[in-house]
Amino acid sequence: MASASGEGSPARVDGDYESLVSTPDVELLKRAWRNEKAAPEILHFQTDLIRRVIGQIQLTEETIEEFSSDGIDPLTVSLYQMDLDRTQYLLRSYLRIRLQKIEKYMFHISNKPEVQSRLSGQEKGFARRCTEDMERHLEEGVLSKLPENYQDILKQSIISEENDMGN
Amino acid sequence: MAGQSDPHLSIFSAEEVEFIAEDEMVEIVPNLRMDALNFICGDFGPFFPQIANQVPLWLAVALKKRGKCTIRPPQWMTIEKLTQVLEAERDSQRVFEQLPFHYVEISRLLFDHARDDIPDVYMVRSLIEDIRDVRFHKVETSLETLNERALALKINNLSAMEVNIVRPFVGRALQAFYKHDSPELIPDQERVLDRRPQVVSNATRLSYGAIFRTNGCLEF
Repeated sequence: MASASGEGSPARVDGDYESLVSTPDVELLKRAWRNEKAAPEILHFQTDLIRRVIGQIQLTEETIEEFSSDGIDPLTVSLYQMDLDRTQYLLRSYLRIRLQKIEKYMFHISNKPEVQSRLSGQEKGFARRCTEDMERHLEEGVLSKLPENYQDILKQSIISEENDMGN
Repeated sequence: MAGQSDPHLSIFSAEEVEFIAEDEMVEIVPNLRMDALNFICGDFGPFFPQIANQVPLWLAVALKKRGKCTIRPPQWMTIEKLTQVLEAERDSQRVFEQLPFHYVEISRLLFDHARDDIPDVYMVRSLIEDIRDVRFHKVETSLETLNERALALKINNLSAMEVNIVRPFVGRALQAFYKHDSPELIPDQERVLDRRPQVVSNATRLSYGAIFRTNGCLEF
């Protein structure tokens, strides 16, 4: 448990500095991807790690282009391409699972600042647009046709104290 | 309600488990000269004809497919070793023998792509299938010991595929036991219909934090 939930917290990452230095970023990404897949909640976005991995992907893309124009053996080029594909797959899958979670728990996320702080800037934007779209949809489809007391998107009625959505 | 969270979100598909297994190292004997490969996932090579080298399984398979190397089957993939494992598995009702975490996927990839490199491939293959069956039967028996007092379940030496198959079931079973045991966690019937199934209680954390651990032990 501890290893799964602690992965996202900055304190732990600092403590593991030694092992971080010796572990390739792809390996860390794979770990983050597994945790994200297995966890029911959205975990902390791995900002630095993702930035580094994207950098490496771009570098490899450039290398492959150079190789192709330099007339390096096509076998070598195709092996580099496979390595690149694997890394890109991991990254895409990681980002995609997070987007799925955001779509699924958008009201919960928008209600809880703590959960929201786990998202990246772009993800926050995505969550906001998702919530707005859903609000508009519910508003136009149902809520505007209900009595005034019942038009809140999160509560069953204005007098209800509890948020029925997004808990 | 939390017990009904989407099972597809928490498990790995067979392809994904295989993807993870493809990073396991194997030994190859190349038959070509190739410079070192500086990949994102690590540096490998340089390669010289007839000189053995450690590479990840995906790279080994890629080279093998192009006829550029032979793959040396791992040490546990011999008739002798597997026969021992199978006997030990049959002898003990509870304990699982130690095999590589990805033995199912590794052996399948090798059977698919490098069958000519494995001595006695038919025998090895049928031994591994037998081991799989015996082990899986044992997993099922172990799961029968789950009861309402269990908060966690620990089985040592399970492999990736085995963990992956039972994970959703065990997670939900423990969840259900926990809920039925704690009346305060069962929301009253009238409200439950309108609530979004997102209550992440401590109980959820407890049993849903199923981890995919590489030491081959299953904990929930």
